[in-house]
Amino acid sequence: MWGIVRRRVSSASTLQRMLYASRSFSSAAKEMTVRDALNSALDEEMSADPTIFVMGEEVGEYQGAYKITKGLLEKYGPQRVFDTPITEAGFAGIGVGAAYHSLRPVVEFMTFNFSMQAIDHIINSAAKSNYMSAGQVSVPIVFRGPNGAAAGVGAQHSQCYAAWFGSCPGLKVLCPYSSEDARGLLKAAIRDPDPVVFLENELLYGESFPVSAEVLDSDFCLQIGKAKIEREGKDVTITAFSKMVGHALKAAEILAKEGISAEVINLRTIRPLDRATINASVRKTNRLVTAEEGFPQNGVGAEICASVVEESFKYLDAPVERIAGADVPMPYATNLERLAVPQVEDIVCAAKRTCFRSV
Amino acid sequence: MSSSTFSSMNTIKSSCFTTENHSLNPSSIIPTSSFLVSTHKLRFNTPTANSPPCFIKNRQTHIVAVSDVKQKQLKSTPSVGNLLITKEEGLELYEDMILGRTFEDMCAQMYYRGKMFGFVHLYNGQEAVSTGFIKLLKQQDCVVSTYRDHVHALSKGVPAREVMSELFGKTTGCVRGQGGSMHMFSKEHNLIGGFAFIGEGIPIATGTAFTSKYNREVLKQADCDHVTLAFFGDGTCNNGQFFECLNMAALWKLPIVFVVENNLWAIGMSHERATSDPEIWKKGPAFGMPGVHVDGMDVLKVREVAKEAVARARRGDGPTLIECETYRFRGHSLADPDELRDPSEKAHYAARDPITALKKYMIENKLAGEAELKAIEKKIDELVEEAVEFADASPHPDRSQLLQNVFADPKGFGIGPDGRYRCEDPKFTQGTAHV
Repeated sequence: MWGIVRRRVSSASTLQRMLYASRSFSSAAKEMTVRDALNSALDEEMSADPTIFVMGEEVGEYQGAYKITKGLLEKYGPQRVFDTPITEAGFAGIGVGAAYHSLRPVVEFMTFNFSMQAIDHIINSAAKSNYMSAGQVSVPIVFRGPNGAAAGVGAQHSQCYAAWFGSCPGLKVLCPYSSEDARGLLKAAIRDPDPVVFLENELLYGESFPVSAEVLDSDFCLQIGKAKIEREGKDVTITAFSKMVGHALKAAEILAKEGISAEVINLRTIRPLDRATINASVRKTNRLVTAEEGFPQNGVGAEICASVVEESFKYLDAPVERIAGADVPMPYATNLERLAVPQVEDIVCAAKRTCFRSV
Repeated sequence: MSSSTFSSMNTIKSSCFTTENHSLNPSSIIPTSSFLVSTHKLRFNTPTANSPPCFIKNRQTHIVAVSDVKQKQLKSTPSVGNLLITKEEGLELYEDMILGRTFEDMCAQMYYRGKMFGFVHLYNGQEAVSTGFIKLLKQQDCVVSTYRDHVHALSKGVPAREVMSELFGKTTGCVRGQGGSMHMFSKEHNLIGGFAFIGEGIPIATGTAFTSKYNREVLKQADCDHVTLAFFGDGTCNNGQFFECLNMAALWKLPIVFVVENNLWAIGMSHERATSDPEIWKKGPAFGMPGVHVDGMDVLKVREVAKEAVARARRGDGPTLIECETYRFRGHSLADPDELRDPSEKAHYAARDPITALKKYMIENKLAGEAELKAIEKKIDELVEEAVEFADASPHPDRSQLLQNVFADPKGFGIGPDGRYRCEDPKFTQGTAHV
């Protein structure tokens, strides 16, 4: 049961933090930050398979813009962990070209906002190639980096790309929340023979989650396309991914005190969406709230709502509710930013609305 | 330039390609500042006391760009030793160019008869570039092309019947009808596309060249020395990705040759109107690699330049930028009315037809007789006819092909309502891909 998850609150200047979770793996109930989870997953995969290499801006000498690739340069050398010039289109294409020839690149975008410079290669050269070449050329590449809003970084550094990449056939789009998700999904992504877009979250990097011994095993992989029920409930289904899972769990706590038992689903994979789990849950609870950080129109929540209305219409007792970011470019001022990103109260209110309780 | 240039021998000075700087004296260069691009804090770049600081070592000051191929007059009676090609090589080149021309002409016919559809871009007139370069390559070497890729595919060894079937959209095509004219791939022949976006192929080509180096140095496959050729046009040379890749290829000394097929027109936009400095070969030295300009209507000149560039890449000396002055006899695509180009310009280049020129060279130098060349033309005619018949008779793709090959791992289609992966359902591919 994931009812209560102990979390260390991350400070505002995560980028500056050199102190991260201690690396003592000797005791039973271990905790691991998402940053360490990603780092250890990369480390283990790279040591097992010499065709895997990491490329991106600042991944080498700088130890990673967000320190995800810390220590990898010393361990694997500059030919497997290399710094690129600031040329997203160029180096994403180089990664795809290398993947065509059976190498396994992990391309880091400093944030996914910069992936827009390389989006032609992600969609046209990577996602569509297996199809256009009738299976001759598969592209085992991973594009990873932080996605979505950070803290006070302004409109051009805060967009969530889950919906855009999630709409493209040929891609697999993953969105981890906890350290277990981060480790398991990144390993699965690296081992996958298809192009994977791996959307992390900068604010989650410093958060700690308990990890079991099974998670720490070097062969630990999570299934792509399978969502996780983080908290079971019977009154309303709340779907979320990435940072919103944390908000949804907090909302579920608040709702529990008011007698509403919420089921929280951590999507983990945006494409392919686990419609089976979502629909099974809605058929049990009869109410749906989707939560996401991105813009509302054509978002992930829109797709989930459509899927549920198409497949489980008879089971719905209330209109579906979508919680999304505000339909504006992200403002800079802290109070405005707070208004532009969904908060716990928004999810609580939406859940109450579906239960026809006064908000 | 008239076709009489074929009677003179054309060579490249090999020193044009060298970038090693034997006479560089560090003390005559600007004294190093302690912080200007200083690398002393980097883990993998610590300079020793004797080697010049990194930023000087990487600056190439002796790149020579050849503005045209040097010519040397032949004696009046050429002996075989002075010729650029042997008879076998000549026949191979001739056959390849005839195949390219005949195939493209047949495509035009088929398009107007409705057998081919969509966007079709023909290569007539540019055969010297494809033949001159690709016939020097090994099977493992890679060719990356654009949408004007039929002849690159044929030169690289993809059978004509497979290319024709692909154009007809039949399941026997080289990519089973899924790609079409603009997306030819062949893993067997290392033809890595076929890309519709201009400039898209250049980073991909840089990536395959990167793989060659990675395989050799990290995976320790000592015999891996494959070279990549990236073909693209004059319009692409104004695109950002082109410059990004010139930089990275030179920076990491990748085994790649950048081949610009400058046919002076990007659909209806003339090169002069689009480019601040139309001499594309000059952009090579700006990034630290040789830039060479060659007459792309002359297959022998192209071949000489290509030999040097490919050898350079294979040795590990890094990339080369080669601008081939060439011309397309037809419009940009079969849908292009081609009204903007001056008829006299077209006539000028038609007189420099590479096939006619090679024929003349071979006959004049007694490498082959008229009858032999005619026999080759007949053989190719029959080959292309047979390719059309094969394509016509081939079946259209089955409905189940719609959902195939979207993913290498079809679990990517996700889990169905019954809790199992959709792809495990045997009737899955009969569906419509609506999830």
